[in-house]
Amino acid sequence: MKLLATNIAKHYGGRTILSDCSYTFNGVGPYVLMGPNGCGKSTFLRICSLLEQPDAGDMLFMDDGIQLPHDIALRRRMTLVLPRTGVFNTTVFNNVAYGLTVRGVQKHVVREKVGSVLDFVGMAHKERQNARTLSSGETQRLGIARALAIEPEILFLDEPTASVDEENTAIIESIIGRLKQDGRTTVIMTTHDKDQAERLADTLLFITEHRIAEHKR
Amino acid sequence: MDSLLNGFVQAFDLILHLDQTLFGIIFLSLKVSGSALLIATALGLPLGALLGLKRFPGRDLAISGVNTFMGLPPVVVGLFVYLLLSRKGPMGFMGLLYSPSAMIIAQTILALPIVTALCHSAIVNIDPIIRQAARTLGATPGQETIAVIREARYGLLSAVIAAFGRVMAEVGAILIVGGNIAGYTRVMTTTIALETDKGNFELALALGMILLMISFAINALLHVVQQKGPASGS
Repeated sequence: MKLLATNIAKHYGGRTILSDCSYTFNGVGPYVLMGPNGCGKSTFLRICSLLEQPDAGDMLFMDDGIQLPHDIALRRRMTLVLPRTGVFNTTVFNNVAYGLTVRGVQKHVVREKVGSVLDFVGMAHKERQNARTLSSGETQRLGIARALAIEPEILFLDEPTASVDEENTAIIESIIGRLKQDGRTTVIMTTHDKDQAERLADTLLFITEHRIAEHKR
Repeated sequence: MDSLLNGFVQAFDLILHLDQTLFGIIFLSLKVSGSALLIATALGLPLGALLGLKRFPGRDLAISGVNTFMGLPPVVVGLFVYLLLSRKGPMGFMGLLYSPSAMIIAQTILALPIVTALCHSAIVNIDPIIRQAARTLGATPGQETIAVIREARYGLLSAVIAAFGRVMAEVGAILIVGGNIAGYTRVMTTTIALETDKGNFELALALGMILLMISFAINALLHVVQQKGPASGS
């Protein structure tokens, strides 16, 4: 699936956040989006993941040259991990299972997938714990696990390590690294950590003057 | 002081050897308040959810109205239901006055605004991030709403328990519409009022203690439920 942002514009209360912003995502990435606070990184990600509507311009999702309609079927092929995870007040297992449950996946399949995803993020031993009692680093990993369970074709990560300690940052970075190796998921993320961006990015992007631009390395 | 002490002793005796009459009174109390609560919950929960989840014209007015009715004086409700059910009233033909059904109607009116208002507040207090998280994980609008309601579950249960506490302790409304008829509409609170008037403190005290115990149980449950509810976490 190819993702084309075409002439996206977004304003908040008279302030221009994005304007005439275009970019084509056609690889697996990871694409790392940088820029100062409030430059529109998160807004861009929210528009790309169809969580918000742009004021002008369009998001085009192309599959084998066919443009896909913005419906629930399309939304279910991707996911955005929010900077504040939005943990459901239940066990870690149920949190990770949520995306599968709403898709009507059979119970034994859910069991299996949740188990393997929790293994992947190193949280298999926390399965029965209430997700609200996790540390902030673990909560962020839970958010990623919850997203990976649904095997998205595009994974948007909004500041995945912003409020996370060093140890958990390393774990999250290694998760992103392994996703890149697998090559099945396009990762598009934001960060304001320059070194992290250099470490992870296949393509480094900047937002300057309301537009997105590729950073040549 | 002596009579108070004596009253306590006899009250314990009555509780220990729970006699038929006393048991009947307690059972009717639970039956009337429980039924009222059931009806109020069946109506109030969806109403509260509607107020919490949907934006529509007149919503603010409805919320203010419900909040105002939370503090309805039971005697006023009693009077209102009495006028409704009395022989000359619009529903007089049903012959419900001075029956347990009349008491259930009155207590339902008292409980409904409490259940509705507290359910509404439980739902609006859920962090909007929950809905967003559900959406990013592929929920349909209906599934998003279920996620929010499920997240509010402890708050919703608190609402029901709080309403139960209110109707169990209430006397004004059921006294007016039930008439405190022995063996038919006599419940704990009306018995306490009557026996105190008669100077028969032992029975009044015994019932008072049982009422307090039920009240304590309700509050203990409420506390446990609220401990589990949202308030922390991201």
